[in-house]
Amino acid sequence: MSLSDLTIAAARDGLRRRDFTATELTASCLEAIGQAGALNAFVHLTAERARAMAAAADARLAAGDAPALCGIPLGIKDLFCTEGVESQAGSRILAGFRPPYESTVTRQLWQAGAVMLGKLNMDEFAMGSSNETSCYGPAVNPWRRQGEATPLTPGGSSGGSAAAVAAGLCLGATGTDTGGSIRQPAAFTGIVGLKPTYGRCSRWGIVAFASSLDQAGPMTRTVRDAAIMLAAMAGADPLDSTSAELPVPDFEAALSGDIRGSRIGIPREYRMDGMPAAIGRLWQEGAAMLRDAGAEIVDISLPHTKYALPAYYVIAPAEASSNLARYDGVRYGHRAPLAPGDGIVEMYEKTRAEGFGTEVRRRVMIGTYVLSAGFYDAYYNRARKVRALIRRDFEAAFAAGIDAILTPATPSAAFPLGAMATADPVQMYLNDVFTVTVNLAGLPGIAVPAGLDGEGLPLGLQLIGRPWEEAALLNHADVLERAAGFVSRPAKWW
Amino acid sequence: MSAIDTDTARKVARLARIRVAEDRLPALAAELSGILAFMEQLNEVDVTGVEPMVSVTPMRLKRRADVVADGGRQAAVLANAPEAAEGFFAVPKVVE
Repeated sequence: MSLSDLTIAAARDGLRRRDFTATELTASCLEAIGQAGALNAFVHLTAERARAMAAAADARLAAGDAPALCGIPLGIKDLFCTEGVESQAGSRILAGFRPPYESTVTRQLWQAGAVMLGKLNMDEFAMGSSNETSCYGPAVNPWRRQGEATPLTPGGSSGGSAAAVAAGLCLGATGTDTGGSIRQPAAFTGIVGLKPTYGRCSRWGIVAFASSLDQAGPMTRTVRDAAIMLAAMAGADPLDSTSAELPVPDFEAALSGDIRGSRIGIPREYRMDGMPAAIGRLWQEGAAMLRDAGAEIVDISLPHTKYALPAYYVIAPAEASSNLARYDGVRYGHRAPLAPGDGIVEMYEKTRAEGFGTEVRRRVMIGTYVLSAGFYDAYYNRARKVRALIRRDFEAAFAAGIDAILTPATPSAAFPLGAMATADPVQMYLNDVFTVTVNLAGLPGIAVPAGLDGEGLPLGLQLIGRPWEEAALLNHADVLERAAGFVSRPAKWW
Repeated sequence: MSAIDTDTARKVARLARIRVAEDRLPALAAELSGILAFMEQLNEVDVTGVEPMVSVTPMRLKRRADVVADGGRQAAVLANAPEAAEGFFAVPKVVE
């Protein structure tokens, strides 16, 4: 095992004991990244900056002034603006864009001493569930089916983050989650992914997809690491008026391992027809593990679950069509070459046709349609009413004393790259069926690796918590993680 | 609510400022219609008396003092422009 395979918690303790230096730890990650070109996870490497940040971390460690993440090498999703470093959101339209500013979340990570290794692959503008809409080409899952070499998707949109963490290229990574983009790839790669409560992390400097749903969160190899990373990412920010003015608790200290008396809801609407048997079984086993730990398992109903996906696919594209109006070839990114006599409208239309990929163009146009005169009430307002009902379902469950809700994280294990190439777009949207409700209701949700399917691929379970109670949610996830005892790592083929 | 025809697809592409070739419009119309059909499920829900959600967490929009808090960064603002001239963003002629 190399240093790059350590958990954040173990690396933190090792650095403080002087078992190794931050410089050595970063060198180990850079070496692992250098060997992992086949995974296509890192798309902009910042090796020099990483070495300089590691040297600075070593100086702070030597001086006894080491903040929480001092010397911990991380990967950053390409959606986060990082000062002077390419930030393209996986899109051609932002080719060459180097922000003159730093996102709040990454700025806080660097202040906590973390080391930036580079930017990670993702679906274009975070629109996708397989990383295949990326302008860099797809990231590849480090996991393969037993005895097969078929390349599998790491999921999406945070596919590069998931692949990098699972393959041991970095100790943790940032992700963002609008409909499941942290939790689905985490489940597909056997790692932990946490979407915090809407408003827990500042969205400032994160390229916007759907502003009422987007939330940043950590992707790590353990629940404890997610707790450590979230503490550095979270907090109120004057630059994001939707960030919550609430204190950030010590999430790691909340991992007591004691969930006795806790009430865990099992929503009956999440039992889907055609769900693979291995996932149904894992869900039951997960409930049994929490029961054995002293929790009470309660059947609950979230009656509007079925309508979450259609509501999401009205609201998210509507917000996206508005947010992506800024990509017009004027202030940054790509501008199409113009023909003689072309005016400004031709410039907009050609630039956006060239700069956006197929799925982004599709969603911008759907969003434009549902917001257009005559359809606004029928689609957009109706979807926002259904969204209110979905949130009410959860509020009723929590009011009845439920502490956390247990569901599968995804309706399948990782699928082959290219498998959905000829499918209807709606088929790809079904990947979000268990995760999207959580974004619509603004709740915290976490994917925890819980087992392997018959082909040797990881499967995850999702725990959903009460708003702002990430600490309790992480404690439940920690108990589930220990009980499931998931320690498998992908066999290195790359 | 009806399916999207070629004319509507052309209009939507125009509104979205995305050029779509004329021969691609029928396929686009079919694709958008498929997605809209999926959304039609929302019509099954009784939403009588339900207010459309504005903010997922009950919050009051924060206000700050109306003062200049940043600025004087013309070079940084223009640094990523595809075309800039004399301290401005440059675009094709807008006014005849």
